[in-house]
Amino acid sequence: MASKDDIKFLSNPSLGQNRKKYCRFQKFGIKYIDYKDENFLLQFINEQGKLLPRRITGNSLKYQRKVSVAVKRARHLAILPFVADLMK
Amino acid sequence: MRNYEVTFIVDPILSGDDVKGTAQKYVDMLTAEKAGIVHINEIGLRQLAYPINKRQSGIYYCVEFEAVDGAFIGKVELALRRDEKILRYLTVSLDKFGAKYNADKRAGKIGVTKKKERKPEPEQRPERPARPERAPRPERPERTEAKVAEPVPVV
Repeated sequence: MASKDDIKFLSNPSLGQNRKKYCRFQKFGIKYIDYKDENFLLQFINEQGKLLPRRITGNSLKYQRKVSVAVKRARHLAILPFVADLMK
Repeated sequence: MRNYEVTFIVDPILSGDDVKGTAQKYVDMLTAEKAGIVHINEIGLRQLAYPINKRQSGIYYCVEFEAVDGAFIGKVELALRRDEKILRYLTVSLDKFGAKYNADKRAGKIGVTKKKERKPEPEQRPERPARPERAPRPERPERTEAKVAEPVPVV
Protein backbone atom coordinates (compact mmCIF):
# COMPACT_ATOMS: atom_id res chain seq x y z
CA MET A 1 0.00 0.00 0.00
CA ALA A 2 1.19 3.47 -0.76
CA SER A 3 1.57 5.53 2.37
CA LYS A 4 0.81 9.24 2.54
CA ASP A 5 4.47 10.14 2.01
CA ASP A 6 4.62 8.26 -1.26
CA ILE A 7 1.99 10.42 -2.93
CA LYS A 8 3.62 13.13 -4.98
CA PHE A 9 1.84 16.30 -5.93
CA LEU A 10 2.63 18.40 -8.96
CA SER A 11 2.15 21.53 -6.87
CA ASN A 12 2.26 22.11 -3.14
CA PRO A 13 -1.26 21.25 -1.90
CA SER A 14 -1.04 23.72 0.98
CA LEU A 15 -0.70 26.61 -1.48
CA GLY A 16 -4.32 26.41 -2.53
CA GLN A 17 -5.82 27.08 0.89
CA ASN A 18 -5.37 30.78 1.35
CA ARG A 19 -5.59 31.80 4.94
CA LYS A 20 -8.06 34.39 6.09
CA LYS A 21 -6.96 37.99 5.88
CA TYR A 22 -7.24 40.18 8.93
CA CYS A 23 -6.73 43.78 9.89
CA ARG A 24 -3.41 43.87 11.69
CA PHE A 25 -4.28 47.11 13.47
CA GLN A 26 -7.32 45.61 15.11
CA LYS A 27 -5.61 42.33 15.80
CA PHE A 28 -2.49 43.81 17.44
CA GLY A 29 -4.15 46.89 18.90
CA ILE A 30 -2.17 49.49 16.96
CA LYS A 31 -4.02 52.76 17.36
CA TYR A 32 -1.66 55.25 15.76
CA ILE A 33 0.24 55.04 12.49
CA ASP A 34 3.45 57.03 12.49
CA TYR A 35 4.11 58.83 9.22
CA LYS A 36 7.84 58.98 10.02
CA ASP A 37 8.20 55.20 10.21
CA GLU A 38 9.24 54.43 6.64
CA ASN A 39 9.73 50.71 7.08
CA PHE A 40 6.29 50.22 8.51
CA LEU A 41 4.56 52.15 5.74
CA LEU A 42 6.46 50.18 3.08
CA GLN A 43 4.18 47.25 3.81
CA PHE A 44 1.20 49.16 2.44
CA ILE A 45 2.59 50.36 -0.88
CA ASN A 46 3.60 48.53 -4.02
CA GLU A 47 6.82 48.74 -6.01
CA GLN A 48 5.74 51.91 -7.73
CA GLY A 49 4.97 53.61 -4.44
CA LYS A 50 1.22 53.33 -4.83
CA LEU A 51 -1.07 52.47 -1.96
CA LEU A 52 -2.17 48.85 -1.89
CA PRO A 53 -5.92 48.26 -1.82
CA ARG A 54 -7.70 46.91 1.24
CA ARG A 55 -8.56 43.82 -0.71
CA ILE A 56 -4.88 42.85 -0.59
CA THR A 57 -3.74 44.15 2.80
CA GLY A 58 -6.93 43.17 4.61
CA ASN A 59 -7.07 46.46 6.56
CA SER A 60 -10.37 47.59 7.94
CA LEU A 61 -11.77 50.77 6.46
CA LYS A 62 -11.00 52.81 9.55
CA TYR A 63 -7.32 51.92 9.51
CA GLN A 64 -6.98 51.99 5.73
CA ARG A 65 -7.94 55.66 5.91
CA LYS A 66 -5.28 56.25 8.55
CA VAL A 67 -2.69 54.39 6.49
CA SER A 68 -3.50 56.48 3.46
CA VAL A 69 -3.15 59.73 5.43
CA ALA A 70 0.15 58.56 6.91
CA VAL A 71 1.54 57.62 3.49
CA LYS A 72 0.52 60.98 2.06
CA ARG A 73 2.22 62.81 4.91
CA ALA A 74 5.33 60.73 4.41
CA ARG A 75 5.34 61.61 0.72
CA HIS A 76 5.14 65.31 1.50
CA LEU A 77 8.18 65.03 3.76
CA ALA A 78 10.14 63.03 1.15
CA ILE A 79 10.20 59.97 3.39
CA LEU A 80 8.37 58.01 0.69
CA PRO A 81 8.45 58.79 -3.04
CA PHE A 82 5.42 59.93 -5.00
CA VAL A 83 6.47 57.77 -7.93
CA ALA A 84 9.14 55.10 -8.04
CA ASP A 85 10.36 52.14 -10.04
CA LEU A 86 11.29 48.97 -8.22
CA MET A 87 11.50 50.55 -4.81
CA LYS A 88 11.40 47.24 -2.99
CA MET B 1 -4.29 71.13 26.14
CA ARG B 2 -3.77 69.83 22.64
CA ASN B 3 -0.72 68.10 21.31
CA TYR B 4 0.96 69.06 18.08
CA GLU B 5 4.00 67.94 16.20
CA VAL B 6 5.96 69.93 13.64
CA THR B 7 8.46 68.12 11.42
CA PHE B 8 10.78 70.12 9.20
CA ILE B 9 13.72 69.46 6.90
CA VAL B 10 16.73 71.77 7.19
CA ASP B 11 19.07 72.40 4.26
CA PRO B 12 22.08 70.06 4.63
CA ILE B 13 24.49 72.56 3.05
CA LEU B 14 24.54 74.66 6.23
CA SER B 15 27.23 74.07 8.82
CA GLY B 16 26.42 72.08 11.95
CA ASP B 17 25.98 75.16 14.14
CA ASP B 18 23.78 76.83 11.55
CA VAL B 19 21.50 73.82 11.40
CA LYS B 20 21.21 73.71 15.19
CA GLY B 21 20.62 77.47 15.29
CA THR B 22 17.85 77.26 12.72
CA ALA B 23 16.10 74.49 14.59
CA GLN B 24 16.56 76.34 17.89
CA LYS B 25 15.03 79.47 16.36
CA TYR B 26 11.73 77.70 15.79
CA VAL B 27 11.81 76.03 19.17
CA ASP B 28 12.29 79.48 20.73
CA MET B 29 9.46 80.81 18.61
CA LEU B 30 7.17 78.11 19.98
CA THR B 31 8.17 78.76 23.58
CA ALA B 32 7.63 82.48 23.04
CA GLU B 33 4.03 81.64 22.11
CA LYS B 34 3.68 79.82 25.44
CA ALA B 35 3.70 76.35 23.93
CA GLY B 36 5.15 73.65 26.14
CA ILE B 37 7.88 71.73 24.32
CA VAL B 38 7.37 68.04 25.00
CA HIS B 39 10.27 66.65 23.04
CA ILE B 40 12.72 67.60 20.30
CA ASN B 41 13.63 64.69 18.12
CA GLU B 42 16.72 65.16 15.97
CA ILE B 43 16.27 62.53 13.31
CA GLY B 44 19.40 63.74 11.53
CA LEU B 45 20.62 63.49 7.96
CA ARG B 46 18.42 61.39 5.72
CA GLN B 47 18.26 60.68 2.03
CA LEU B 48 15.23 62.37 0.47
CA ALA B 49 12.93 60.13 -1.54
CA TYR B 50 12.96 62.74 -4.32
CA PRO B 51 15.02 65.90 -4.80
CA ILE B 52 13.71 69.12 -3.26
CA ASN B 53 15.33 72.38 -4.43
CA LYS B 54 18.07 70.27 -6.03
CA ARG B 55 19.00 68.77 -2.64
CA GLN B 56 19.26 65.01 -2.37
CA SER B 57 19.35 64.83 1.43
CA GLY B 58 18.08 66.82 4.37
CA ILE B 59 18.34 67.10 8.13
CA TYR B 60 15.07 66.13 9.80
CA TYR B 61 13.81 67.62 13.02
CA CYS B 62 10.61 66.76 14.81
CA VAL B 63 9.35 68.96 17.64
CA GLU B 64 6.42 67.83 19.74
CA PHE B 65 4.65 70.50 21.75
CA GLU B 66 1.41 71.15 23.57
CA ALA B 67 -0.66 74.29 23.59
CA VAL B 68 -4.05 75.49 24.72
CA ASP B 69 -5.09 76.36 21.19
CA GLY B 70 -3.35 76.31 17.85
CA ALA B 71 -3.98 79.90 16.81
CA PHE B 72 -0.27 80.76 16.68
CA ILE B 73 0.66 77.81 14.47
CA GLY B 74 -0.18 79.75 11.32
CA LYS B 75 2.38 82.33 12.34
CA VAL B 76 5.10 79.72 12.87
CA GLU B 77 4.24 78.02 9.58
CA LEU B 78 4.51 81.31 7.75
CA ALA B 79 8.00 81.81 9.20
CA LEU B 80 8.95 78.27 8.16
CA ARG B 81 7.62 78.86 4.68
CA ARG B 82 9.58 82.08 4.26
CA ASP B 83 12.81 80.56 5.51
CA GLU B 84 15.06 79.41 2.67
CA LYS B 85 16.96 77.11 5.01
CA ILE B 86 13.84 74.98 5.50
CA LEU B 87 13.12 72.60 2.64
CA ARG B 88 9.79 71.25 3.93
CA TYR B 89 7.67 71.34 7.04
CA LEU B 90 4.55 69.59 8.26
CA THR B 91 2.49 70.41 11.33
CA VAL B 92 0.18 67.73 12.61
CA SER B 93 -2.17 67.71 15.56
CA LEU B 94 -1.86 64.51 17.53
CA ASP B 95 -4.82 62.66 18.92
CA LYS B 96 -4.50 60.89 22.27
CA PHE B 97 -3.16 57.77 20.58
CA GLY B 98 -0.51 59.76 18.76
CA ALA B 99 0.64 61.45 21.96
CA LYS B 100 0.74 58.10 23.72
CA TYR B 101 2.62 56.52 20.83
CA ASN B 102 5.30 59.22 20.97
CA ALA B 103 5.60 58.93 24.75
CA ASP B 104 5.90 55.16 24.52
CA LYS B 105 8.43 55.41 21.74
CA ARG B 106 10.58 57.76 23.80
CA ALA B 107 10.36 55.34 26.71
CA GLY B 108 11.57 52.61 24.35
CA LYS B 109 8.39 50.59 24.72
CA ILE B 110 7.25 50.71 21.13
CA GLY B 111 10.45 51.04 19.17
CA VAL B 112 11.69 47.61 20.19
CA THR B 113 8.57 45.49 20.16
CA LYS B 114 6.98 46.89 17.07
CA LYS B 115 10.11 46.76 14.99
CA LYS B 116 10.47 43.07 15.73
CA GLU B 117 6.94 42.41 14.73
CA ARG B 118 6.92 44.85 11.84
CA LYS B 119 10.23 44.55 10.09
CA PRO B 120 10.31 40.87 9.10
CA GLU B 121 6.85 40.96 7.62
CA PRO B 122 7.63 42.38 4.18
CA GLU B 123 10.62 40.04 3.92
CA GLN B 124 8.65 36.98 4.91
CA ARG B 125 6.18 37.04 2.09
CA PRO B 126 8.41 36.29 -0.92
CA GLU B 127 10.39 33.59 0.81
CA ARG B 128 7.49 31.84 2.47
CA PRO B 129 7.58 28.57 0.47
CA ALA B 130 11.11 27.72 1.62
CA ARG B 131 11.70 29.08 5.08
CA PRO B 132 12.82 26.40 7.47
CA GLU B 133 15.04 28.56 9.72
CA ARG B 134 14.46 31.89 11.38
CA ALA B 135 18.09 32.86 11.70
CA PRO B 136 18.01 36.26 9.89
CA ARG B 137 15.45 37.67 12.28
CA PRO B 138 17.70 39.18 14.99
CA GLU B 139 19.99 40.80 12.43
CA ARG B 140 17.34 42.86 10.71
CA PRO B 141 16.71 45.64 13.26
CA GLU B 142 20.47 46.12 13.71
CA ARG B 143 21.07 46.64 10.04
CA THR B 144 18.40 49.31 9.65
CA GLU B 145 19.55 51.10 12.78
CA ALA B 146 23.13 51.16 11.57
CA LYS B 147 21.94 52.65 8.30
CA VAL B 148 20.17 55.49 10.03
CA ALA B 149 22.95 56.11 12.55
CA GLU B 150 25.78 56.22 10.03
CA PRO B 151 25.10 59.50 8.24
CA VAL B 152 24.83 61.52 11.45
CA PRO B 153 28.58 62.02 12.07
CA VAL B 154 28.95 63.26 8.47
CA VAL B 155 27.00 66.38 9.40
